[in-house]
Amino acid sequence: MTEHRLLTIDNLSVTFGGLHALRNLDFHVNEGEIVSVIGPNGAGKTTFFNMVSGMVAPTDGDIVFEGESLIGLDPNRITALGIARTFQNVRLFSNMTILENVMVAQHCRTSQGLWGALLQTRAFRREEQSIREFGEKVLGFFGSRLVGYRLDQPASMLSYANRRRLEIARAMATKPKIILLDEPVAGMNPKESAELTTLIGRLRSEWGITIVMIEHDMSVVAEVSDRVVVLDHGETIAAGNYAEVSADPDVIEAYLGRPVEAAQ
Amino acid sequence: MSPEATLVPPRAALDQDWHRIGSIGAVTALTLVFIALSNMPVEMGDFDLVAGFSLGDLSLLWLIPVTGYMAGREAVLEGMTVHAKGGREVAAGAMTGLVGCIGLSLLTLGIHNFDIRDPLVNWSPQTLEKLSIGGSAASAVVIWPLLGAVLGAIAGGMHIVSPRVRRLIVTPAITILLSAVLETVLTDIFGDMGLEDVSDFVYAPKGGLDIAGALLIGVLAVAYSWWGRSVVSGARARFSALEGNRRTQGNAVVLAVIVIAIVGLPQLLGGITNELLANVGLFLLLALGLNIVVGLAGILDLGYVAFFAVGGYTAAILTSANRGDAWPDWVPHTPWFVALLVVIVFAAATGLFIGAPVIRMRGDYLAIVTLGFGEIIRLLFLSDWLSGYTGGAQGVTNIPGVSVFGLFTVKGTDPRAVFYLVAAFCALAIYVSWRLEKSRLGRAWMAVREDESVAEAMGINTVNIKLMAFVVGAVLASFSGAIFAAKVGSVFPSSFIILVSIVILVVVIVGGMGNIVGVVAGSVVLIGVLGGPRQPGLLQEFSSFKLLIYGVLLVWMMLMRPEGLIPNVRRTRELHHTEFLQDAWLADQADTDDEMAPQ
Repeated sequence: MTEHRLLTIDNLSVTFGGLHALRNLDFHVNEGEIVSVIGPNGAGKTTFFNMVSGMVAPTDGDIVFEGESLIGLDPNRITALGIARTFQNVRLFSNMTILENVMVAQHCRTSQGLWGALLQTRAFRREEQSIREFGEKVLGFFGSRLVGYRLDQPASMLSYANRRRLEIARAMATKPKIILLDEPVAGMNPKESAELTTLIGRLRSEWGITIVMIEHDMSVVAEVSDRVVVLDHGETIAAGNYAEVSADPDVIEAYLGRPVEAAQ
Repeated sequence: MSPEATLVPPRAALDQDWHRIGSIGAVTALTLVFIALSNMPVEMGDFDLVAGFSLGDLSLLWLIPVTGYMAGREAVLEGMTVHAKGGREVAAGAMTGLVGCIGLSLLTLGIHNFDIRDPLVNWSPQTLEKLSIGGSAASAVVIWPLLGAVLGAIAGGMHIVSPRVRRLIVTPAITILLSAVLETVLTDIFGDMGLEDVSDFVYAPKGGLDIAGALLIGVLAVAYSWWGRSVVSGARARFSALEGNRRTQGNAVVLAVIVIAIVGLPQLLGGITNELLANVGLFLLLALGLNIVVGLAGILDLGYVAFFAVGGYTAAILTSANRGDAWPDWVPHTPWFVALLVVIVFAAATGLFIGAPVIRMRGDYLAIVTLGFGEIIRLLFLSDWLSGYTGGAQGVTNIPGVSVFGLFTVKGTDPRAVFYLVAAFCALAIYVSWRLEKSRLGRAWMAVREDESVAEAMGINTVNIKLMAFVVGAVLASFSGAIFAAKVGSVFPSSFIILVSIVILVVVIVGGMGNIVGVVAGSVVLIGVLGGPRQPGLLQEFSSFKLLIYGVLLVWMMLMRPEGLIPNVRRTRELHHTEFLQDAWLADQADTDDEMAPQ
């Protein structure tokens, strides 16, 4: 694999009123990699995602995507550059249909405006058609769960696991180069999470999408990650492949606490 | 859950949730006392419905059947046993009516024994006569609770009769009420069709239905609900079963019928009714515009009247010979249709100007700021500073009508022509709403409405998209303003009060946000029957209580039916089909899909 740096995080820090949510984070993601970010609750994982997607401004440091700094860009610009994300607490457009959810996500890849819609121009109809087709293709990635009669149902009618799948489909519909998955299998049963793990692998192999993933389910992390970055209290305490990281004493301490004799 | 499996014998009449009945009854009593004290029974007393039974009498009596029916309804929770209906429902309705009317009895007693004219200026002795039912206070104390109990029992009893019988009672009642209310419209239509004899037979000379007329209408309604219903619903089912080409043809036929009705109806109606229709059209146009802003894009704009005002003033200044004298000579006097182009530009510019600072705010803050801008625009038109241009409080007068290709002129004196003009613009607005809703722009608006931060993260430039909604809404409102100016012939700052914004918002909310059919129904019912902020409605008797009713409706809708009277048809249909589809699909997928059921 040729090492092409897609995303570089350089000395990234953010403080919320004196609280260091993230301190001097340094790492990079190569094209075609699956990188997992793990750590106990409150370690700053989701804050990190919020900064990459432009929803929170960092206090210090830089985020570079394909040679371009993302600092100061609006979230919609960042999505247009090719970074999509999902949300830990599923945030679908719940009164829109499932198909509309993936159609609206193609907004920044399409261009027809007011006049096209009013005059029903040929270009407008062609674009609508392709938006629809790509939306159905993305939904088809998840098997039969999101297609068929469900296309025209409001997203609020989906089961929890299907909402998580639709979140990922919606991120895919923005045609990204990199997807930030925030706890993709949370709340799923072991069978479903195993299935989704396979899909995450296929997302890279078939769709060529690089993945950064926050996940608490270590079986998923072990299964698909090329590299794992461990955060605790806003700092990187370990990085490497899963075997290295899981053997790291700092990581064990962060998750399980210190042995009794050391604590004294 | 099949009903046979869980149906158990009816509950005893005394096995009641007394707390619930008590509170519903107390609310009924308080509301009735309020209605009586607001003088509604007397002010509406001149509008005869049926043989001397007036709208005023109805204002005292309508509530008991409604709350009695509510009290008789038993909430059925999933997995709980379902009792058969029986004496309990009737008793609950009767108790509610009894408690409610005890309020009226106490009021009557109180008025007889204490002088309440001092604190309540609106109070009139005629109300007392009505409350005493012609007799003494003592008879009122007996009669009211009895009447309440009987009415409540009937309403509660509606739960135990079969749906067919219920329809046989409710359909004639509503039909008779509607034909009484629509007397002006119906006599107009009958008159123009040469059927004066029919309307003379049905309606009494001094207004209201004759007993014989009411009976005739009742019998017709019964006949309809006995035979006609199945014919109509059968035709409907056949229509929705049509597919492909046939469906398109069917839709075209329906559309043609609607167009013919809209074109033909005003020909049958008199001047007053056409005036009402023209007002309905003006407000419908505004409501359609606001529906895009509030219903689709979720921006709660409380200053929407600003765009109505800009449209009205721009058209007025360009077309009127009597505009402010500070205008330089190069500002031309133009025909209305030329002025309309300028109106569009100005409305869009105002939309951008107001929108740009406001759009970065969200929710309540945005609503408050738009409220302010709505007032600012009106005050600007009123101000001394601009009075050389806008005429200040004197406004702009002598606005000529709209000359349509030099063929004829649409003026306020010819409300029928105004209606046609407004209808054309409403059709345009409906087309715009319909097309935009199913486009990239409309989907982006909905996404912003659902969750603005997520929409932004999905690549939507929310600032631009919201500005777009503001501008489209502004242009539609300005059309309405321009027609309004030509119709009335003059514009004054006082035509553009904040109340206009509120009334349009109520129309949109009551009709059903984001739903075109709902907005149309909302404007016909609210503006047509009750009237706009300054415009009279079909029931002039309501004019002093208009705002009260608007307020009550708004609160009630937000509590009970936030999706509006006519919720989104597409979604409702899906909801009905869902279980069936899900079963079919689950059977199909049973082997491959073993996902957890939603919690």
